[in-house]
Amino acid sequence: MATATTEEKGTGLILGATWSEFWAAWGDVFTVASLGSMVAASGPLIYATVGETITEKAGVINLSLEGSIMLSAMTGFGTAFLVNNVLIGFLAAAAVGAAIAALIAFASIELRLDQIAVGFVLTLLAVDLSDYLGNRFVGEAGPAVPAWPIPVLSDIPWVGEILFDHNLAVYGSFVLIGVAYIFIYRTRGGLELQGIGERPEGAFARGVAVNKMRYFYTILGGALVGVAGAAFSLDQKLGWREGSTRNLGWIALAIVIFGGWHPIRVAIGAFLFGFLQVVALKLQPVFPGLSQVLPSIPFPMMILALVVVYTDWFRRLGDRYPRLRGILAADPPSGIGVAFHPE
Amino acid sequence: MTSQTSAARWGATIAPIALAVVVAVVLLLLAGANPLESFKLMGEGAFSGWSKTGETLMAWVPLVLAAAGLIITFNAGLWNIGIEGQIILGGIAASWAAREVGGSSWVVVPAAIIAGALGGMLWALLAGVLKTRFRVNEIFGGLGLDFVAASLAVYLVIGPWSRQGVASTSGTDLFREEARLPTILENNRLSLVALGLAVAAVVFVFYLMKGTLFGLRLKAVGRNPRSAFLLGIPTSRYMLGAFALCGILAGIAGSMQAIGFHFKLIPAISGGYGFLGILVVLLAAFRAAWIAPVALFFIAMSRGSTLLDLRLDVDSALGGVITGILVLLVILGGGWQLRRLKRKALA
Repeated sequence: MATATTEEKGTGLILGATWSEFWAAWGDVFTVASLGSMVAASGPLIYATVGETITEKAGVINLSLEGSIMLSAMTGFGTAFLVNNVLIGFLAAAAVGAAIAALIAFASIELRLDQIAVGFVLTLLAVDLSDYLGNRFVGEAGPAVPAWPIPVLSDIPWVGEILFDHNLAVYGSFVLIGVAYIFIYRTRGGLELQGIGERPEGAFARGVAVNKMRYFYTILGGALVGVAGAAFSLDQKLGWREGSTRNLGWIALAIVIFGGWHPIRVAIGAFLFGFLQVVALKLQPVFPGLSQVLPSIPFPMMILALVVVYTDWFRRLGDRYPRLRGILAADPPSGIGVAFHPE
Repeated sequence: MTSQTSAARWGATIAPIALAVVVAVVLLLLAGANPLESFKLMGEGAFSGWSKTGETLMAWVPLVLAAAGLIITFNAGLWNIGIEGQIILGGIAASWAAREVGGSSWVVVPAAIIAGALGGMLWALLAGVLKTRFRVNEIFGGLGLDFVAASLAVYLVIGPWSRQGVASTSGTDLFREEARLPTILENNRLSLVALGLAVAAVVFVFYLMKGTLFGLRLKAVGRNPRSAFLLGIPTSRYMLGAFALCGILAGIAGSMQAIGFHFKLIPAISGGYGFLGILVVLLAAFRAAWIAPVALFFIAMSRGSTLLDLRLDVDSALGGVITGILVLLVILGGGWQLRRLKRKALA
């Protein structure tokens, strides 16, 4: 550091902390407890990112994630609080996410409006709506997803404690990654899904009801985004207060791009973000202020990833090693964001 | 036929407004407030006396500046979601000038405004270069830069520019008197410089889009970049130009926030006016002439609902809910009307 004084240099400081403090903090990151909390914290992001991946694979951009997650987190907690039932809270949250997504699909398909414009307006509206309608739930303590360590599996040392000592909301996020991957890349329905996002005209010519399927996948993806909201307010940061899920939706949108529209890579992106959060938490005493800067980290990473995948060098890598293409592919679905009209 | 279509057009304009009013009334009744009294209070909160009106106008200025900039990028077919970051960078750069440049108001204030404009322009050009050179979609590149800018502001406020002895997110030390916009009334932030800049921005953008070759070509780039390129318009350069101009206006908006409203750098220096500006431009249907009144309406709603919160304990998010629903309904109504016209033409 250019501004470091001679005194600081003498004691081996980096950014105002000693090396030993720095390494000790890193040791704390790789404990069972903090890695386990990282897995749990990634749950909401995984629902949201995999849901959005499915929507975007179908060629629709649901830009409203920031608002959708916020409103569904409020609805999920509020409903669960009122009826004292976590499951009904999750269903209500999914319904909110699905309804917003349905509105975007309707505006795009029937009214031929810009998906980005409608999604953006819905984002700001849903954030304000969550603030307005959620007022009465602020500070209330409500139900939460009950812990449920998986018998046998959770007894495995280290791995079991990190992965299988959680609850159904977290296990559901694991299952979702696998199901989404198998569906998209190993089934006929998944092939159709890719077709309506990549070449809607071609899919239509082969008899696929493009717009009906787009409705379906947009609403399905939106419902998963809603589940993400409930997984946040009923499992992660319990309860509701204004702006509770702030930035989660924008981060989810960034991770979908970072993950190249591939459910497994997207999930890795979500875990990576969870990891960064744990790192920041542990390093916070060493570098005060780091946690404030942390939320922006996925964004430079996403931009960098986008810049890299568009370079000729990266393109040639895929040509040289065709087997790697599946992992390297990072193009958005080519029909993304463009409405399809049969006539 | 013509009278019928004009009636339909009026219907498409008035129906969303009427519906938004209905929604507002329902929301107020749900909150247990008397709607008529509430609307009166909102008007009072925005415009009663010079003190309230002055504050409203000073909040209006950055929103108009941001919306004016967005008119340019929208006409170029660009979704400049990075505008929040451009406002923040403007605020940061202006704060830097306000802290570092010595001398009288005649030196510091112009220096801060120019620094803000340059900061905003730089941040916008970054998004522009990512778009034109590296093919990174401006929505996601811009969103990324928004977050980086927001983090930079937080870092400065709690780090290098923190108040003596306290590292809190409440902001830096207040700027000295000479580094603030000159005001015209006692105990009121209303500044003719700020108002003048906002009006000048609207006039500039109106003229740019209506009366210059640059504006015409920019619209061509926005409508169809491929054919504009084939016609010999250097599309990348025009897009960068649109980004730069929008960034300058956004940066000035940030400097107004810093030296005209807060008198310090705070983490939320953008005030959310970038995103709100997008709503303003959508509601104004991308027409420069409409942004001033539409922006005033948005600010009045937001400031009015703050008073509602204080007096009737109705959450101040109400203003945002009403304006959001209005924009949504107007957009949906516009799409609906086009669809009907098309159906009629086909039949």
